[in-house]
Amino acid sequence: MSDSIKNVEEKDGVIIISTAGYFNNLAGEAVLEVFTKKMESGSTKFLVDMNDSKVVNSIGVSILIEIIEKLQVVNGVMAFTNLAGIVEKTFNIMGITKYCEVYDSVDSALEKLS
Amino acid sequence: MSKDPVVELKLPIIPDIELSATKTAEVISKHMNLSEEKSAEVSMALIESCINAFEHSKTKEIFIHFIVEPDKLTVKVIDKGVGFDKSKVEIPNIENKLNSDERKRGWGLQLVSELMDSVEYNSDESGTTVTMTKKRDNE
Repeated sequence: MSDSIKNVEEKDGVIIISTAGYFNNLAGEAVLEVFTKKMESGSTKFLVDMNDSKVVNSIGVSILIEIIEKLQVVNGVMAFTNLAGIVEKTFNIMGITKYCEVYDSVDSALEKLS
Repeated sequence: MSKDPVVELKLPIIPDIELSATKTAEVISKHMNLSEEKSAEVSMALIESCINAFEHSKTKEIFIHFIVEPDKLTVKVIDKGVGFDKSKVEIPNIENKLNSDERKRGWGLQLVSELMDSVEYNSDESGTTVTMTKKRDNE
């Protein structure tokens, strides 16, 4: 597993991807790789926990747009939790939050998504 | 009158080096008593400006100047590269990027513009200087 991915687990039909460190292009590609494998095996609900990624750049976040695009085709869901204030603001500016839900915690996300 | 304090960095273009600039920005923001929110906005704008310079200047190093002024922080990101024409940079829109062949990237200028209080670009064939400011918090 990439250094950018701390953990991947499935709970209640939701794939939870926990990232770590600077969310740059490498981190974005690592999330895309996990997403692609899980989507190929039938998963359509994804939650990205960014509790340990407080700094992002737009190149990494742009890769998330690719994931959103692929999920739209299968009516899938992408959500985020534990976003730092500046990360959520960045997502808002880029329009990511128009297409993804943001939750305060993993538990509150699972309650809605599962 | 004392001169405004200036901190200058010279960064080679190596992966993630922009994070060393954000560490400096955090120290300066703390010195200026900027709020955590404003400090984070300066850091994010700095990351994006550095990445733009790394990707487009075709140089091997960039320079960053932090100028601590009574009412604001001014940050200059300077490269001696090939320059660019800002008028040719399209404003990104996620609706256009989704379900199209359009590249998903290209958000840097928009983010800097939204995160800072002012941004100016001076660019020609001898390089680019991005000058951005963040107003000091009201006491």
